[in-house]
Amino acid sequence: MRATFAVLAKDLRLELRTFETLPAMVLFSLSTFVIFHFALGRSAVGGQLAAGILTVTLLFAALLGAGRLFVAEREQGGFDAFLLAPVDRTSLLAAKAAAMFLFLALLEVVAVPAFGVLLLGPALGPRLPGLIAVLALADLALAVIGTLVSAIAIHTRARDMISPIIGLPLLLPALIATARAAAPVLSVHGSGAPPGKWLLILALYDVVFALIAYAVFDFLLED
Amino acid sequence: MTSYGRGLRGLSVATIATITVALALVFFYAPLDANQGFIQKIFYIHVPLAIVALCGFVVGGLLAIAHLRTGDRKWDLRSYVAIHMALIFGVGGLITGSIWAKASWGHWWVWSDPTLVSFLIVMLLFATYQPLRFSIEDPERQARYASVFAIVAGAFVPLNFIAVRMAQGVVHPRVLTLTGGRLPGSMGLTFAVSLLGIALLYATLWNYEIAAKRARMQLRRLRRAALGDDAAGALGRSAAPS
Amino acid sequence: MTGVFAVAPALPLHTAGPYVAAAYIVFVALILIYVAIMARKQRRTERELAQLRRDLHLPDQVRPADERAPEGRPQTELPQERIA
Repeated sequence: MRATFAVLAKDLRLELRTFETLPAMVLFSLSTFVIFHFALGRSAVGGQLAAGILTVTLLFAALLGAGRLFVAEREQGGFDAFLLAPVDRTSLLAAKAAAMFLFLALLEVVAVPAFGVLLLGPALGPRLPGLIAVLALADLALAVIGTLVSAIAIHTRARDMISPIIGLPLLLPALIATARAAAPVLSVHGSGAPPGKWLLILALYDVVFALIAYAVFDFLLED
Repeated sequence: MTSYGRGLRGLSVATIATITVALALVFFYAPLDANQGFIQKIFYIHVPLAIVALCGFVVGGLLAIAHLRTGDRKWDLRSYVAIHMALIFGVGGLITGSIWAKASWGHWWVWSDPTLVSFLIVMLLFATYQPLRFSIEDPERQARYASVFAIVAGAFVPLNFIAVRMAQGVVHPRVLTLTGGRLPGSMGLTFAVSLLGIALLYATLWNYEIAAKRARMQLRRLRRAALGDDAAGALGRSAAPS
Repeated sequence: MTGVFAVAPALPLHTAGPYVAAAYIVFVALILIYVAIMARKQRRTERELAQLRRDLHLPDQVRPADERAPEGRPQTELPQERIA
């Protein structure tokens, strides 16, 4: 547990000093909103379309962030140092997933209000609690699978390509659930409450993949 | 190590016999479907191909668990070949399914069919297995990472089917025919024999591919033993276990 | 969508036939492509095996020497010189 916090604190400090990942994710999301505006030719969206745009934008921003997750470890020998330390190896997984989750949450603090201003037709305010519930579960899936895929891809030659092509299909069920859960929340005359069925599927997906990642992560570090 | 493809002959004979019987049953014994007519005959090739492919993916994951547990590379070879063959069968399942969709619904692709969509997603995921292997040079690491991928993706297969089915909220007619007991006995028998035939074909090709791979690996090893490491020649990067 | 099969009329044989044939042809074609690829790999294995024999200066027992005279002769003569 202490190792997890140590690695997490290291990652956050690194991000604070370099501002390498998070600003890129935010800028990427804002540009994507602009692209969607012109690609769809609409100035205000709602319902399923809005949920889809938000989900896709966050997904690609997450893949962008996941690609950077282990770069410092790889380039500066952090993996070897971590393996030498007498700590549980899965603490690296937990720390990286937590860092990824925090990045996503911070990204959404900026990107979701921006989405509300730029593209969303109905008012964002009353819909915020429902949206936060959906996005929290979605972020968990993005964080866990993003970390796992990033750890697989970091030692491959074509890692910039490998991680999205593996990550996208793996994340598809979670994305289906996110888009479906967020649709009624963002609809013009919606109730504002996400459907429980989809929240449940998202939560189950999070739990199952967290367990799988926990089970296999050891083997990605052995050397 | 000397007997390449042990039991392959018996397996081949059983496969040929079963597939012959299955084809005969499909075209001469099974009755015409009341709703679908002749086109329903695709069912007997498409569904077994898809089922065997999905099972092959899951088996690949299970073999990968054995690899990570024991550290024995022969399990990696088995897992690799299981997924490799399942991909080939899966392509067959996708194409035949597409033909069926065109014939009965008028479109080559139908999004309202959760089974088809889930299958496509699974194929998209497993299609990245070979590129992943290919881009890891160190053979030991390649085997280990490929096994991790195979386990994750194998567990993903059932999960994905549940999620996509719930997304559509429609029970697929074909599955209804299968599980709802609406399949008449003669059709059920024909389907069972077809499934067995395709499964045997999968087992035969799996065995054959392993035999071929092992022969090549043995050859390379001999070459290295007889002529030294340099003589083995530039191996070239390969997605296959070595 | 549930009732799609009930609504869709059964296709007459002359329409359905080509589709069914196509599906089974796809199956056979896939197997044939697989066999062709494996045959190519098999040939490569044989070639490498012959190369290994030559490199180890073993007499080429697999093929009679005169069958492929232009290419085969210098290679088969080489081991005899060595032995002598």
